[in-house]
Amino acid sequence: MIWRTVRRIMREPLGAIGLTLVTVVELSAVFASGLTSYAPSKISPAERFASPSLLHLLGTDHLGRDLLTRVLYGGRVALLIALGATAVSLVVGVVLGLIAGYGPRWLDNVLLLIFDAVKSFPTVMLALTLVTLFGPSLYAVVLVVMLVNVPGYARIIRTQTLVLKSAEHVMAARSMGASAGRILRVHILPNIIGPILILISMDIPVVVAIEAGMSFLGLGVRPPTPSWGAILNDGFANIRDSYWIVIAGGLPIVLTTLGFTFFGETLRDLFDPRLKGRS
Amino acid sequence: MTVLEVKNLSVAFHTESGPLEALKQVSFSVPANRSVGVVGESGCGKSTLINAILGLLADNGEITSGEIIFEGDKDLARLDPTAMRGLRGLRIATVFQDPMGALNPVLSVGRQMRDIQYRSNLSKRDKDARSVAMLRKVRIPDPESRLTQFPHEFSGGMKQRIAIAMALMMEPALLIADEPTTALDATLEVATIELLKDLQRDIGCSVLFISHHLGVIAELCDEMIVMYAGEVVESGTTREIFHDARHPYTQKLLACDPARLSQRVARLPTIAGTLPDLRRRPSGCVFQPRCDRADAQCLTPPPSAVLGGSHIAHCWHADIPLGAMNA
Amino acid sequence: MIRYALKRLWLGAIIISVAMMMMFAMVYLIPGDPASVALGPRATLEMKEALRERMGLDQPVWRQFVNFYGSALHGDLGTEVLSNRPVLDVVMEQLPFTLALVVGGITWSVALGIPLGCIAAVRRGGFVDQVIGVLSVAMIAVPSFVVAIYSLLVFAVALQWLPAIGAGEPGDLASRLQHLILPSLAVGLGWIGYISRMVRASMLETLEASHIRTARAFGLTEHRIVYTYALRIAVLPTITLLGVGIGHMLSSSVFAEIVFARPGIGKLVYEAISVRNYPIVSGAVLVTTVFFVLVNVAADILVGLLDPRVRSSFN
Repeated sequence: MIWRTVRRIMREPLGAIGLTLVTVVELSAVFASGLTSYAPSKISPAERFASPSLLHLLGTDHLGRDLLTRVLYGGRVALLIALGATAVSLVVGVVLGLIAGYGPRWLDNVLLLIFDAVKSFPTVMLALTLVTLFGPSLYAVVLVVMLVNVPGYARIIRTQTLVLKSAEHVMAARSMGASAGRILRVHILPNIIGPILILISMDIPVVVAIEAGMSFLGLGVRPPTPSWGAILNDGFANIRDSYWIVIAGGLPIVLTTLGFTFFGETLRDLFDPRLKGRS
Repeated sequence: MTVLEVKNLSVAFHTESGPLEALKQVSFSVPANRSVGVVGESGCGKSTLINAILGLLADNGEITSGEIIFEGDKDLARLDPTAMRGLRGLRIATVFQDPMGALNPVLSVGRQMRDIQYRSNLSKRDKDARSVAMLRKVRIPDPESRLTQFPHEFSGGMKQRIAIAMALMMEPALLIADEPTTALDATLEVATIELLKDLQRDIGCSVLFISHHLGVIAELCDEMIVMYAGEVVESGTTREIFHDARHPYTQKLLACDPARLSQRVARLPTIAGTLPDLRRRPSGCVFQPRCDRADAQCLTPPPSAVLGGSHIAHCWHADIPLGAMNA
Repeated sequence: MIRYALKRLWLGAIIISVAMMMMFAMVYLIPGDPASVALGPRATLEMKEALRERMGLDQPVWRQFVNFYGSALHGDLGTEVLSNRPVLDVVMEQLPFTLALVVGGITWSVALGIPLGCIAAVRRGGFVDQVIGVLSVAMIAVPSFVVAIYSLLVFAVALQWLPAIGAGEPGDLASRLQHLILPSLAVGLGWIGYISRMVRASMLETLEASHIRTARAFGLTEHRIVYTYALRIAVLPTITLLGVGIGHMLSSSVFAEIVFARPGIGKLVYEAISVRNYPIVSGAVLVTTVFFVLVNVAADILVGLLDPRVRSSFN
């Protein structure tokens, strides 16, 4: 089953590029420690601003840290945050969506209004406000991701729930006295898992971009934790003399966002053309 | 003189499950100053026929054989797209079925009428004057001020009259009318038919009139052809066909026409069976699977039985007149 | 149509009040006493008390909340403590720079997105269509701050074709525009992709319409059919899309302003955060939100005005 899916994706040019990029990014994050002999935060003043060489394939930064190592470990941070924040938003989104779809009418209306209001906020302004409130941290990043993603997930879950609620097999289960909880678990959730997975693969690049962007502004993960955004920030300060630092910071962001987007688009086109209208 | 002569025209569409032969060996002609009606159920190939004549077949459609001779010297089946476009709207004009959607909703009627005169080098003002004159001919009240209005500000009947005005503005040699009255109610239908007849006499053009409504054809057309599953099954003058239909399909079509039923019935009669799958045409006569006169002979291609004058029926049993069938 | 516009306005009002609630919570919840923060460690107790009174911080919470709403409705967003100027003035001073950036972003996205979408639709299924499709996805996917930094690196630092820093000489339009090219590209690039995809889809749909068949039957040139008869209808959804897009562009402009060291709201907020100048942060976010909501309502009404079918339902 999985292999058949993979083969279908690899037949599409966009899907092949996407899946390859995603795999490379993921593997290099998982095996970061095996791919480099440097420590990600080891400072060596003697090797400051070394341009790319065989010793340091991507060069070093203003503290003499090996950039390839920081990029690899930064990938770990980026993907962990992406998966973690997406998972949290998903749980919250599913719960809110089910409440809106299955709950009383007035609650549905209130929730929809809140979703619309939150979604209408310019993202970065939202992030800046939250960081002002809670200070820069990983949690601020997760919170921003949630506020950006939850309304979308919740809306889709709500719609699907409304559709399925009136479907025959659910009506039948209900007439046989199944509890609301059981109906949700057995009849509704399994049916909406497919579209949700596709949405996630399309939203991961957004999350990666939020993390990198906030870290670039110094509002995300705190130094010395390696992060692609932080590398970009370091490089930006020295862009005139040490161009390789911004290249090292930006390239993984570009490759990851492109990879996941291509992959997600192919998944969507292959398995759920209905979602096409979204975005 | 013949304005349009279609000879052995076949059109196929390439589909995922193989080629679909939408028109097969269609032949007929439209003489100058005459009206020819094409009648048949939906799916009989009427729209394909129009699109083939206009050179507007969909990308997967192809003229596989035959000729479409226009004004004696041009074969539309082989004309290059630019030359074809030069004829459209100038020598061949079309009025389509759906008056609601036939005009561009975001451009004013005046703008659209001016745009179709793009080949003339009149000034903008003179073009507008021609538009006004044409709108007056189709009895649009107060045409000067209505030129600036948009299609949605007109009623369905008015929109169809505007479409007719636009089609006839360049005084074409051939007007193709694709079910122009189907979407209108009965009173408007009669008025529109009358208008078309008047204008045709005025301008002196030929009309190819497509309809599934026999009454309209009888009212407007001098000659007619009956199509079934992409083939011409019977053709002749309107009088010949209405009074002495010989093809079983035509006979059934006439028997099903509500206007011709002699007494009140609880349920309108219908023709049993469905159209054949055009990817797998039945062998022999195309109507044979639904025909109650079919026999072994009908599994071979039917002859063209000439029944005097221009009246032709493609049937092995064309010798049985309408009255005999019901007995 | 009018009911629809009213509904949009109503939603906009709710968004703005939610934003104001958040702004109030922010000023109220921040760790530490805003007065002490504003005046610095060497301020005397009396000075703090005086400022607290002036800021209304000595009153009960609900009172402060009502006051905050009341004065915000009058356009009074408080006083910036450091320079003793009204917050609204400080924010409004920066707004034109950010607006220029967003307008520049819209210009890029419309000027490139609409033609790309048309070409893709006309060449549907062909090689050109596929290339434009992949390009569009890529432009959407890549974050704007990476675009900003990379374009700075390539065009300003390496090639030195365009200036890297600032908004240009005041009063010198050519210099201003020159300084606008790269930052507005960074802001608008993703929306080139969105718009080209949207125009392609709605163009394909429009080309199927029966009035397009009529236009063909009248022998109009394919060029006129696509670029006048179909495009006029196919661009309408773009305006609604741009309404949403402006919110995203406001977000991206924060990055563009920091990367290209341009004045603007984004830079103002960013710098206010680092010195904990909260009234400026809340004021700027509020102004941005109001602006965004108004733009969206305006976009909806504009669609109505451009579409004669909707327009006539006004009368």
